[in-house]
Amino acid sequence: MQFALMIYHTPEEFDMRKNDYSHPHLGAWRAYYKALVAAGVYVAGDALEVPETGTTVRVKEGKRRVQDGPYADTKEQLAGFIILELPSVDAALEWAARCPGASIGAVEVRPLAPEAKRRGFTGE
Amino acid sequence: MNEINQETAHREIERVARESYGRLVAYLSVHTHDVASAEDALSNALVSALDHWPREGVPKNPEAWLLTAARHSLIDAIRHQKVVLESEPTIKFLTEDSVEAALPTSTQFPDERLKLLFVCAHPAIDPSMHTPLMLQTVLGLDAARIAQAFLIAPKTMGQRLFRAKTKIRSGGIPFEIPQEHDLPQRLDAVLEAIYAAFGIGWDDMAGADQRGRNLAEEALWLARVLLQLMPGEAEVQGLLALMLYSESRRAARRDANGRYVPLSDQDPKQWSLPLIEEAEHHLAEAFQRGRVGRFQLEAAIQSAHAERARTGRTDWAAILLFYEQLLRISPTLGTRVGYAGALSEAKGPQAGLAILDSMGHEAVAAYQPYWAVRAHVLQKVGKTSEASNAYDRAIGLAEDPAVRKFLLHKRG
Repeated sequence: MQFALMIYHTPEEFDMRKNDYSHPHLGAWRAYYKALVAAGVYVAGDALEVPETGTTVRVKEGKRRVQDGPYADTKEQLAGFIILELPSVDAALEWAARCPGASIGAVEVRPLAPEAKRRGFTGE
Repeated sequence: MNEINQETAHREIERVARESYGRLVAYLSVHTHDVASAEDALSNALVSALDHWPREGVPKNPEAWLLTAARHSLIDAIRHQKVVLESEPTIKFLTEDSVEAALPTSTQFPDERLKLLFVCAHPAIDPSMHTPLMLQTVLGLDAARIAQAFLIAPKTMGQRLFRAKTKIRSGGIPFEIPQEHDLPQRLDAVLEAIYAAFGIGWDDMAGADQRGRNLAEEALWLARVLLQLMPGEAEVQGLLALMLYSESRRAARRDANGRYVPLSDQDPKQWSLPLIEEAEHHLAEAFQRGRVGRFQLEAAIQSAHAERARTGRTDWAAILLFYEQLLRISPTLGTRVGYAGALSEAKGPQAGLAILDSMGHEAVAAYQPYWAVRAHVLQKVGKTSEASNAYDRAIGLAEDPAVRKFLLHKRG
């Protein structure tokens, strides 16, 4: 089963990215990725740029609405995602708890929807 | 109704609920074989107490009052579902008249919690649910609280508890104390479940994961209840001693700035002497019974660590001996990693490394203590780059930010 770990950062944690890799928090992130790969559970993942770089688009009644900033105006913002191959949601929650992002912001765990892919709703 | 009365009543309900919950659930479910209904009946009784006690005063025997109220609620529920129940052979004896007769009324009711503990840890029930079931039925913890401790979504935990209780009701799981020949194995499952609630990891020299479940108090309470019910069992006392030793070091695991402190760096003055003394008392009594078991040996290892408070040094040779005995009866992953750590202290890091090298890669891939100990040992033999690799694995698998920080620092 595949699970997405969606990582939500506080503004402070986005700020920490400016440090070099000797910063403990970034060192923890590097070690976390290493452990995921070594345990053979890592499928894919990436980090997102800071929320201010986002642009939100809607088309309402044929009219385009373009808005500066991310979709939701919340303190914690989506900062990245990791896709993992795991036997159960229990294992996914365990990896989420180990994620350095979980001890500052939050990590949402959600199963991927394989049915959507099978029926051609996602690209491949 | 005045404020003071209401407050007294609420305090009294809380006290009775905490102390009697398990006794009442056990007593009711032993007669109905239905834990879920017993819990429902008791919670109805508690709600009713919240209504009556502030107005009418706290009854002379609050426990008996709750039992009577729970009994009425249970009878109502059984009458209500009578049609459904009649199809179930295990409870077909519960016809309307015999319901009254079958359900207990006595005010001096016997303590049936031991039977309930054995039901919760029955081999027919998924082992991962043994501890959650105990916490709920014996201590009255709610599913959300248990879910937090076990890192499971609250809704999922609720469903799993429900399924386990259905299995108790319809799976014919006997409410009895196992026969002599089954007892050691069945008791082991009960002890395992209590220890799992304690959930404290490892605070040996290499530091590591402290995935505390914040249920240490509950686990100690369960162990004390079990000891009260089975005063002659050496392993029950062994488990209690083990948890008390671990508990005695709680304050020493963090320094004033919240930094993680591994066992070898802890200041024994920070350890709780009364808890150590209590642990020693239990361990000595357990050993006198002449039936050494896993928990007594684990407690003995902790007692050797505790000796440092008196002698100023750690007797690794003694610890190694206990590990060797422990390996023979309980060769778990944790025991083997602990053995490797003790071996590297007693006989040099090369010896410890050889044991670590011999362990299967698959088994240790996500086992944090293995990587923490391995990193420590590799650093000692001077294999710096391998050590920093192992530190990364240990850091990546750690859950506690304080442990991560400690290991990052050691990694350098």
